[in-house]
Amino acid sequence: MNKLFQSLLNPEVNGVPATGDNPGSASAEGHKKRPILNRRGFLIGATGAGFTLAFYRPGLSVAQPGDVVADKTFDPTIWYQLQTDGRIIVNIAEAEMGQHVGTALARIVADELEADWSRVELNHVDSDPKWGLMVTGGSWSVWQNFMPLSRAGAAGRQVLIEEGAKLLGVSPDECRARNSEVLAGGQSISYAEIVQRGDLSRTFSESELENIPVKPAAERRLIGQEALALDVPGKTNGRAMYGIDATVENMVFARPLIPPTRYGSTIQAIDDSDAKDIDGYLQTIQLNDPTGTVPGWAAVIATSFTAANKAAERIRVDWAAGDTATVSEQDILDHSLRLIEETSQGALVVDDEGVDSAFSSADSLLTQDYIAHSVLHFQLEPVNALAFQEEGRWEIHTGNQWQSLILPVLAKALDVPESQVIMRTYMLGGGFGRRLNGDYAVPAALAAKTIGRPVKMMFTREDDVRFDSIRSPAYQRLRMAFDADGQPIGMEHHATAGWPTQVMVPAFMPAATNEVKYDPFAIQGAAHWYSVGAHRLRAISNDLANDTFRPGWLRSVGSGWVNWALESFMDEAAHHVGRDPIEFRLALLKAEGKNAGSAPNAVGGAARQANVLRRVREIANWQQTMPENTGLGVATSYGQERNMPTWTACVARVRVDRETGKVNLEKLTLVTDAGTVVHPDGARAQVEGAALWGASMALHEGTLIEDGQVQARNLNTYTPLRMRDVPEIESEFIDSTELAVGLGEPATTVVGPAIANAIFAAVGVRMRDLPIRPAAVLAALQG
Amino acid sequence: MPTSFELNGRSVTLQVADDTPLLWGIREDAGLTGTKYGCGIGLCGSCTVLVNGRATRSCITPLSEVKNLAVTTIEGLHPSGEHPLQKAWIKTQTPQCGYCQSGQIMQAAAMLVDFPDPSDEQIDNIMSGNLCRCMAYVRIRKAIKLAAAEMRDDIASSPTAPETAAHE
Repeated sequence: MNKLFQSLLNPEVNGVPATGDNPGSASAEGHKKRPILNRRGFLIGATGAGFTLAFYRPGLSVAQPGDVVADKTFDPTIWYQLQTDGRIIVNIAEAEMGQHVGTALARIVADELEADWSRVELNHVDSDPKWGLMVTGGSWSVWQNFMPLSRAGAAGRQVLIEEGAKLLGVSPDECRARNSEVLAGGQSISYAEIVQRGDLSRTFSESELENIPVKPAAERRLIGQEALALDVPGKTNGRAMYGIDATVENMVFARPLIPPTRYGSTIQAIDDSDAKDIDGYLQTIQLNDPTGTVPGWAAVIATSFTAANKAAERIRVDWAAGDTATVSEQDILDHSLRLIEETSQGALVVDDEGVDSAFSSADSLLTQDYIAHSVLHFQLEPVNALAFQEEGRWEIHTGNQWQSLILPVLAKALDVPESQVIMRTYMLGGGFGRRLNGDYAVPAALAAKTIGRPVKMMFTREDDVRFDSIRSPAYQRLRMAFDADGQPIGMEHHATAGWPTQVMVPAFMPAATNEVKYDPFAIQGAAHWYSVGAHRLRAISNDLANDTFRPGWLRSVGSGWVNWALESFMDEAAHHVGRDPIEFRLALLKAEGKNAGSAPNAVGGAARQANVLRRVREIANWQQTMPENTGLGVATSYGQERNMPTWTACVARVRVDRETGKVNLEKLTLVTDAGTVVHPDGARAQVEGAALWGASMALHEGTLIEDGQVQARNLNTYTPLRMRDVPEIESEFIDSTELAVGLGEPATTVVGPAIANAIFAAVGVRMRDLPIRPAAVLAALQG
Repeated sequence: MPTSFELNGRSVTLQVADDTPLLWGIREDAGLTGTKYGCGIGLCGSCTVLVNGRATRSCITPLSEVKNLAVTTIEGLHPSGEHPLQKAWIKTQTPQCGYCQSGQIMQAAAMLVDFPDPSDEQIDNIMSGNLCRCMAYVRIRKAIKLAAAEMRDDIASSPTAPETAAHE
């Protein structure tokens, strides 16, 4: 595990401090050190209706597992319960936002436990600080939890066999477990009966836990098999509860009044005289935010959302706008170019020896610039939050992906200790990274505190979009040096964008080779596995972007724009030396030196990327003769992290209309090697959705910053992909038993460059701005 | 002024201004939260309900327009959530985040009345008004075809009217 991930998962490891008073580390009693995920023991203790199985913190007294369980002083990042009625309840701290994460995680436990899957239930927990770091993103959930959950399940199985053997009067060696039963010869006893009659209380030290055998892949009965996701039925009958559905007695509705700039605006005056006669309108309040999250905001309070909306239309707020009130997309991109051209700027993430000499001795050079414009999350449920005080504690009800990040901010906004704030979990009406940044809960909390009454703050779609943490516009320059044989001997990649991690969690930024701290998520996907000689990778924060909006993590984050540039450039490089784009890439995916790969995460290294590329070439019938104005384009990626590579390759087939410049995406062929696939149907759905996100961002979405804000505010001007735009999709997974890695994002990153490369193949024009608009294609065709 | 209409087969009277959008009347006043708010301008389809059997965007429909009419929401499509479309949605594991799916299912229910055996093109044309941000479109299309086939089989094998009518 690399340092970055250790720090993300365990913020106090490696000297990287967590944000603020990190709730992941602070228990209600004080500031205990959070345990390292894989260095802790395991316990089984009696609870009312059965036994709880959980990890415990090093240093805790575990002489009495029952006491630990009763006091809930175990570390419940991962825990489950065996009930006397045979039900198995797996507690899930990850946010459910469409990836069926609970089903995937529970099946890892249940497989090792040899549980009857029909008796497994999920419990989505709230944000009690004891749960540890709560963050769902980065496609990490399965990868991060696979081994701990497997061991937790295996420990439960071993103890059930021990106790079952006792009750059957046989030796544990004669027993095996299947389908929630312990079997010995012709006898059997159910888990329910063992839980009722046996004493499962145990503790396992860290080394004992590690010595419990985890099943070989061939004996898995649930992992890799099809299953219906447990969250789906409630999403077909209206019963699934999202944040927007939360209610509490006596609550009022609030609608935010958002200032003209993200930062620095101040309210001069509020005039609500025209709103006073609206039935249900109560008042308009100014939000004084000690955290600086929502500076210059006001909130309209009413007894219904409709009344709040009607009133908002009639309320006049006079703002003194902040400094960014006239900033445009072009200003941000121009600033990017200036930053790139100042060589002293930025973090040298990779800086191999010999880059400069490779370029000075090169036989030929290729330099190209690529742009990716602003993208909205446009998660379908606009952000919202319900805040109220109950029994001396603040309750925040909202869909959220990173409770540990926003909880300290909420505590500061409410001026209470973190132990007095609890976040309740709901289904997310889309996450895509928007709800990693929980800033939208802050104005709700401030409003509730100000008026002393429960407040449900709802953002209209337009409010949601104006307040979005957008994917920053990004500007990149790539350079390659070639020898006389056309072999790459050096490469430079310079990337600028707004940096979400710098703005929201600066403590998570590692130092680059030149000691400059950088946002690892904003340069994801660039530390590629191609052997191209000396490599220099420079990441630069665009301060004008950071000042103008709050940059967001958006599905695949940096690799969304990084791979757009990288894989477009690799195509241009192949053409520069007259090679087939796939042959050119395969020749560079050598799996040697730093690209050889390593256990356990990246076994095989570049060879596995070459494998998906060869496979996509085969099933997409790469060498076929294409009709006029039609072409195939390829792109590949390792996903986001070198330490969690999801090997992905894509071929796009497009037909370009020379009259209109319209690009018709006819087919996407995708091959993914994600190691072990836990929940195959969920995995297919993630790849399909991610690929269509990639298509949408390449051809349909995108907006521009204008006067300091995003230009598009709703679906009349923001136009994500619809059903009629869906291409034929052929998607295949490589059969593998390697460690499971993430799936939610990688396919997003390959589709854009594959489309641009296909356009080049079809009509010979090179598109270097994302999204690819018909007018731009037409202009390029007309030369 | 209050508005009376039929909601999922029961008479209701909502004591709110009759220019209140039907969506908020259903969610806040009638307490049925299965119908969702997405864009507020009738372009995402997540608020789709049936008004006298026709797919209607409830976010841009004032209560005054449904006076004395029959409104069906996702909660009223089938008493136990087993309408052929709902079963097909589960069988194909269509929902991801699920937020748009009430609207998708209601839109599809209306479509299948007009087009019991819809072609891909008909499905695309009608369902393109409903945004799925998770982009589960491939499965939505598949689920509609599955449900349509089941409903046609039901009609073919039964002399009585299709099941859906009985729940109105």
